Amino acid sequence: MKIDLTNTTSSKINAGLIEARRAIGTPAVGMVLTLVIVTDEGNAYDALKAAGDASREHPSRTLVVIKRPGRTPRDRAKSRLDAEVRVGSDAGTGETVLLRLHGELANHAEAVVLPLLLPDAPVVVWWPEEAPEKPAEDPLGKLAQRRITDAASAEDPVGALGVRAGSYSPGDTDLAWTRITPWRSMLAAALDQRHSAISAAEVEGEPYNPSTELLGMWLADRLKVPVARKVSDGPGLTAVRLDTADGAISLDRADGALAELAMPGQPDRHVALKRRETAELIAEELRRLDPDEIYKSAVQFGVERLKFDRSQEDSATRPLPDEDEQKAAAPAKKSAATAKKAAGSAAGKSK
Amino acid sequence: MSTSSNPLRDPQDRRLPRIAGPSGLVIFGVTGDLSRKKLMPAVYDLANRGLLPPGFSLVGFARRDWEDEDFAQVVHDAVKEHARTPFREEVWQQLAEGFRFVPGEFDDDNSFEALRATIDELDKARGTGGNFAFYLSVPPKFFPKVVQQLKKHGLSQGQGDSWRRAVIEKPFGHDLASAQELNRVVHEVFEPVDVFRIDHYLGKETVQNILALRFANTMFEPIWNRSYVDHVQITMAEDIGIGGRAGYYDGIGAARDVIQNHLLQLLALTAMEEPGSFHPKALVTEKLKVLSAVELPEDLGRYTVRGQYAHAWQGGEEVLGYLEEEGIDPKSKTDTYAAIKLTINNRRWAGVPFYLRTGKRLGRRVTEIAVVFKRAPYLPFESGATEELGQNALVIRVQPDEGITVRFGSKVPGTSMEVRDVTMDFAYGESFTESSPEAYERLLLDVLLGDANLFPRHQEVELSWMILDPIEEHWEKHGRPAQYPAGTWGPVEADEMLARDGRSWRRP
Ligand SMILES: NC(=O)c1ccc[n+]([C@@H]2O[C@H](COP(=O)([O-])OP(=O)(O)OC[C@H]3O[C@@H](n4cnc5c(N)ncnc54)[C@H](OP(=O)(O)O)[C@@H]3O)[C@@H](O)[C@H]2O)c1
Repeated sequence: MKIDLTNTTSSKINAGLIEARRAIGTPAVGMVLTLVIVTDEGNAYDALKAAGDASREHPSRTLVVIKRPGRTPRDRAKSRLDAEVRVGSDAGTGETVLLRLHGELANHAEAVVLPLLLPDAPVVVWWPEEAPEKPAEDPLGKLAQRRITDAASAEDPVGALGVRAGSYSPGDTDLAWTRITPWRSMLAAALDQRHSAISAAEVEGEPYNPSTELLGMWLADRLKVPVARKVSDGPGLTAVRLDTADGAISLDRADGALAELAMPGQPDRHVALKRRETAELIAEELRRLDPDEIYKSAVQFGVERLKFDRSQEDSATRPLPDEDEQKAAAPAKKSAATAKKAAGSAAGKSK
Repeated sequence: MSTSSNPLRDPQDRRLPRIAGPSGLVIFGVTGDLSRKKLMPAVYDLANRGLLPPGFSLVGFARRDWEDEDFAQVVHDAVKEHARTPFREEVWQQLAEGFRFVPGEFDDDNSFEALRATIDELDKARGTGGNFAFYLSVPPKFFPKVVQQLKKHGLSQGQGDSWRRAVIEKPFGHDLASAQELNRVVHEVFEPVDVFRIDHYLGKETVQNILALRFANTMFEPIWNRSYVDHVQITMAEDIGIGGRAGYYDGIGAARDVIQNHLLQLLALTAMEEPGSFHPKALVTEKLKVLSAVELPEDLGRYTVRGQYAHAWQGGEEVLGYLEEEGIDPKSKTDTYAAIKLTINNRRWAGVPFYLRTGKRLGRRVTEIAVVFKRAPYLPFESGATEELGQNALVIRVQPDEGITVRFGSKVPGTSMEVRDVTMDFAYGESFTESSPEAYERLLLDVLLGDANLFPRHQEVELSWMILDPIEEHWEKHGRPAQYPAGTWGPVEADEMLARDGRSWRRP
């Protein structure tokens, strides 16, 4: 069931939610969290679809915040809240409210959202793109236990990792990290088996794939060995190699679906390592709402400490400082942050 | 080797799932119903969720003249038809490389030699590391033969630190003596810790949720005792008849088939004390304590009931009575319905009856545990105001539609002061989501991980038979099963049994 409300307020929306639930005959609901999605008109559909699928596992109230500040001074002067309430089969297993914030109101999203949060249940905010630089200090981010960003959607994805590291606050997480859970679990399973000491590692993936860097940083952080970043044509992450005295332990995935695991003294084996849909990533994120210390430690390891392999570099690749230039790391981080900012607004327009 | 020394593992890293170490699964009776409908699909679903180790291999054993490819086709069809998660080519490819088939009869030494060769070959080609679980999905009368063959051909013991495990399905005997005999035979070959008995109810999310509900919250435990609980009803109802399983069912009956294992396990989880930890030993200790405190009613004739479904119209369909089913002796005394009253002799439960019932061809398919509370000692309302108020109840719905229902009194709107029962439902997620596993998935994974928490131990099995044996003996000597029309909630005798105590069955 759908209810359209134009020029409305949060309390009218709350009344609309109750009315909609009564109308479909389910007065009590067993929802476990509120998911706030901050997005634009263009991306709202995909984000909402992913959230709807994820709500089958985690019944939730989904609030989609669409900011429309307006292009002209006249538009900007007119503030208005429009809402679309969806309950029942139109909203996964929970209930959904699309909020369109026009004019000056676009700068006060938290005021609209606060009264609509489920009582006493955790709040998760997800920015599918254009995340604020400091999610925990963002007015909407402040309402949430869990703040989900996506470095891969930034114009400078690798730079975005530096920004995430700099502003990390407990509860932050990034879908670039979620995407590598299957890789991490396969590598951890490989190292559960007997192997000799690891001396170095290498990660390989397309340029502009921050998951590759994150995986590299996680390995470097955990294994305490130098890790090199190689560039390939993708799709996504394509390979990980761990060097040992007996030979390399490697996990290769050329086609984005089926990988090959090789370990010294063991037969090569295939393992399915499919690139997952956004809905699956969000469902994974919603499973645990406590701070992810492992992510913190990996992202704060520092992209600049990975060895960037220049041999594979092509013109499309942004060069990363390599090890001799580590002193220059701090300014590099800063420039990445500014580049990201500029990129963020550019991305907004191009989409 | 151990996970604690693996630098990529960290207890804080809870995103990483538990993946079994290198291993393989051998299924005896792979052509059977259970294997096609549950086991092979569960293997695929586990692979699809990325929980099987690289190189995991599946060996089928049956008396068919098949090649590995024919077997792969059989698995493929079973997966396509019964798997829970979507079919993905790359997952299938990974899995199919590890399929092997060994043809043979159970008494054929050559076949077991071939099985051994297959396992050795898999260790080399797939890196299974000598770790294998043997799933005995065959009629129980073959268990002794199969385990002895495994021993004879050196398959029951791994080399070095590799493991071999045996998985067996119910029935675990048909009385105490036969259960002990079965345990003896199996334990002669496999260490007790390496024997996994499947009670698929224990693999269900809601059943595990009983422990969370009771021991993670503060609001239920204070009232979870004789001061507040009036009685407990545990029901497992099926709407189907015996189908084509006459040979298996006749002579066994509902009590042996369901009460001995599933219902007594649910009773143990509902009534046990808090374990010191969720370590398997701590859990089994508490379950054993409560099972040994179970006491039968003195008058078995008055407080046990058995029945047989009779020819009737059930839910818009005309169905046969049990005695008319093909392959059933028209004079059969086998129970298709059983209801019993038990008490638990300890401080927490003394005097609180636990009513257990199960049956085929009942009103609908449902399994639930209902904890029914005492009435308020005093009601400060006008007489008549609380006439429609029943007893408060907390119902754990095990299947279908897993969840929890609470029943309590609420004022009827608009009336001056009239209180009636209302219910509040909770269902977490939905059972068809990819991440909430089917019971067999969870249990197979636990077998490969060597985690015995969700498997009844042989002591529990034996204790359960000690509870049921006197009832079966009594039934053997006295009377016949009562008849109940198919599609109803059992014989009137069962209603009378509760009425004698001033209570009545819930309509689930
Ligand atoms: N199905 C269920 O839902 C269910 C529920 C609970 C417990 N169980 C238990 O699970 C086990 C398997 O059940 P099921 O329903 O799959 O049984 P089933 O359909 O009767 O299959 C039994 C399997 O054993 C094989 N077998 C029987 N006699 C044999 C012999 N003389 N030599 C070699 N193989 C023989 C059959 O092979 P052929 O095809 O060659 O005959 C078949 O593969 C049993 O222990 C049963 O009690 C089953």
